[in-house]
Amino acid sequence: MSKEKLVEIKNLKQHFKTGRHSVVKAVDGLNFDIYKGETFGLVGESGCGKSTTGRTIIRLYDATDGEVLYNGENVHGKKSRDQLKKFNREMQMIFQDPYASLNPRMKVEDIIAEGMDIHGLSKDSNARKERVHELLETVGLNKEHANRYPHEFSGGQRQRIGIARALAVDPSFIIADEPISALDVSIQAQVVNLLKKLQNENGLTYLFIAHDLSMVKYISDRIGVMYFGKMVELADAEELYKHPIHPYTQSLLSAIPLPDPDYERSRERFTYDPSQHDTSEEPEFREVRPGHFVLCTTKEFEQYQREHGTGR
Amino acid sequence: MEKLLEVKDLHVSFDTYGGEVKAVRGVNFDLNKGETLAIVGESGSGKSVTTKALMQLIPMPPGRIKQGEILFEGRDLAKMSDKQMQKIRGKEISMIFQDPMTSLNPTMKVGNQIMEGLIKHQKMSKPQARKRVVELLELVGIADAENRMKQYPHQFSGGMRQRVVVAIALACNPKLLIADEPTTALDVTIQAQILELMKDIQKKTDSATIFITHDLGVVANVADRVAVMYAGKIVEVGTVDDIFYNPKHPYTWGLLGSMPSLDSEDEELYAIPGSPPDLLNPPKGDAFAARNEYAMKIDLEQEPPMFKVSDTHYAATWLLHENAPDIDPPAAVKKRMEGMAKTSGGSEGEQR
Repeated sequence: MSKEKLVEIKNLKQHFKTGRHSVVKAVDGLNFDIYKGETFGLVGESGCGKSTTGRTIIRLYDATDGEVLYNGENVHGKKSRDQLKKFNREMQMIFQDPYASLNPRMKVEDIIAEGMDIHGLSKDSNARKERVHELLETVGLNKEHANRYPHEFSGGQRQRIGIARALAVDPSFIIADEPISALDVSIQAQVVNLLKKLQNENGLTYLFIAHDLSMVKYISDRIGVMYFGKMVELADAEELYKHPIHPYTQSLLSAIPLPDPDYERSRERFTYDPSQHDTSEEPEFREVRPGHFVLCTTKEFEQYQREHGTGR
Repeated sequence: MEKLLEVKDLHVSFDTYGGEVKAVRGVNFDLNKGETLAIVGESGSGKSVTTKALMQLIPMPPGRIKQGEILFEGRDLAKMSDKQMQKIRGKEISMIFQDPMTSLNPTMKVGNQIMEGLIKHQKMSKPQARKRVVELLELVGIADAENRMKQYPHQFSGGMRQRVVVAIALACNPKLLIADEPTTALDVTIQAQILELMKDIQKKTDSATIFITHDLGVVANVADRVAVMYAGKIVEVGTVDDIFYNPKHPYTWGLLGSMPSLDSEDEELYAIPGSPPDLLNPPKGDAFAARNEYAMKIDLEQEPPMFKVSDTHYAATWLLHENAPDIDPPAAVKKRMEGMAKTSGGSEGEQR
C-alpha cells in the first residue's frame, strides 16, 4: 500500500459550550493521519468523541481548534462556495441510523441524485436516471427500487441506499459512522462485504467509526482507540488486537464476548482504572513498537517498552 | 432436572389490514429450573413475540394466541385472565427490556419504581419496601443506594439505568426472568458488567432465564442452551456447545459465519443472501429455502420436521434426512468450527 497521506488531523479540538461556565471537551487534541486507500477504524465507548471526530472532519461542526488537512488543504476556515463544494464532492458520509438519515418524503431516485444535482453531474434527466440505476445495482438493489419511498425498504436495504447516495458524487473518502450497528447480524455481513468490495473497485478510503470491535478489526487496516476525547492507542489492526498496550485498550478487548463458548468460560475481564496512570507529567503520544503508538508519560513509555519489546 | 416452563405448539398472529401476520408459527421448547436458554434470530423472527406471549404482553387485538399451551409449573398461562396474569407478572415471571432509556418512568423516583412491585405483590409496608430497595440496589452494584433511590432516571447513566431495570425485575424473586436484548443498547464494558451481574444473581437465586439476543458472543457467554429462531419457528435447538461447535441448520451456519472472529484473516464474511420472508404470506415448505444455497426440491414443498441429532440437539432441516446428500458447512463456518476446536483445547491463559 502506498503510504500517501490523504487526511491529516492535527491537534483537532471540538469543545461544546453547555452552559455559561461549563465546556464539554468532546474531542481534545487529536492527531492522526489517514493514508490513501486504507480503512481507518475508530473505536471507543459512547461519549468518547468518535462520532464528533467524524463529524468535525467533514465539517458538520466547526472545529474549536486544530486543522484537518485533506490532500494538504485545510478543510476548516473560511471558504468560498465553490471551494466548499469541491470538498463536499470528495468527502461523503454514511450515517448510523438508516431510518433517520433518509428523507421519508423523497423518492429513492431523488435521494441518491440530490448530490449529483447540486454538483451538476448529470447532463439531462436520462443520464441522471441511468446513473441512479447504475448506483442501485452497485449496492445490490435493482432499478425498480428507484421510484419507491424509504419506508418501503428494510433496514439493510436503506443502508444500501445511504451508501449509494454517498457514492453518487464519486468521492474518494467516506466517513462511515456506525454504518452497521442498527442492522441484523446477517445483514451486517452483507453491508460490510459491500463496503469492502467498493473499496477494492474504486480505491476508496474509509474512516470507519464503530463500537463493535470485532467488526472494526475485520474491516480496518489501522485502528485508533479513543477515550474521553483523546486517542490512547493507535496501531495496525492485527497488532492492536495481539498486543494491546494501553490498559484501557486491554480492558476494552477483554470485554468483548466471542461466539465461542469454551473461550467464554475462561475469559477474564480486566477493568480499567484511570487513576493507575503516572500523573507526574502530561502524557504524550509515543511509538512503543513500530507503527504502534500509545498515549503515555516518559515513565510509562519505558515500562511499556520493557514489557512489550520493540521488535515484532 | 425440574421443568419450570413448557411451551407447546405456540401460534401467535396479528390481524392487520393486510391480513393475518403469522409471527409465531408453532414454537415448542421447555426450560428447567436454574437454566439459561438463549433465543437468537434476526429481527422479525418472532423471538420477542414468543416471550411477550409468555407474559401476555401482546396487545390483543390486533394480536392473538391462536393455539398452543404455555405451561408454567403446570398452569397454562395462555388461558389465564388478565387478573390472574397480574399476579404472575412481575412476581413469578419478570422481564428486562432492551432500552433502559424508555423502560423506566421518567417522572418517578427510581426507588418508588422498584417499590411498586414489592408493595403490590409482596404486600410490604412502605418502610419494609424501602429497606428491600436498598438491598436490591446494592445487589445490582449501585453504590450509595440510600441517596440514589431518591433520584430520577435521568440522573443515571445508561448502564446504571439498566441496573435499576434489573433490580425492578428481581424485586420479587421471580422464578423466571425474561431478558429481551438487555445489553444491546450498552457499551461493551458496561455490557460485560451487566452480564456478570445477571449470571451472579442467577447463581444466588437459582432463577431460570430466557435471554433474547442477536449477539452470538453474548449467547456463548450466558447460555446453557440455545434456540435459533427463523420466520416464527425454532429451526435448531441444542446445548451451547452443540450449536457453536456442531451446528446442523444452514441458517445457524449463516449466523455463525457472518460474525468475524478476532483471529480471522482477510477472507470475505459469509453473508446470508436476501432478507427474511414476509410472514403475511409465509412461503410454502421451508421458510428458509429461498435464502438457502443448500435447498433441495423438497424444501420448496414440505416443511422439514425436527430431526434428532442427539438427546439435546434437534434441527429442522431436510439435510438431516437419511436420504439427503452429505453436505459440509460452508468453508468459512467450517474453518471457524475447526479453529474453535483448536482454541478450546488450548491453554487457558492464552492472550489474544
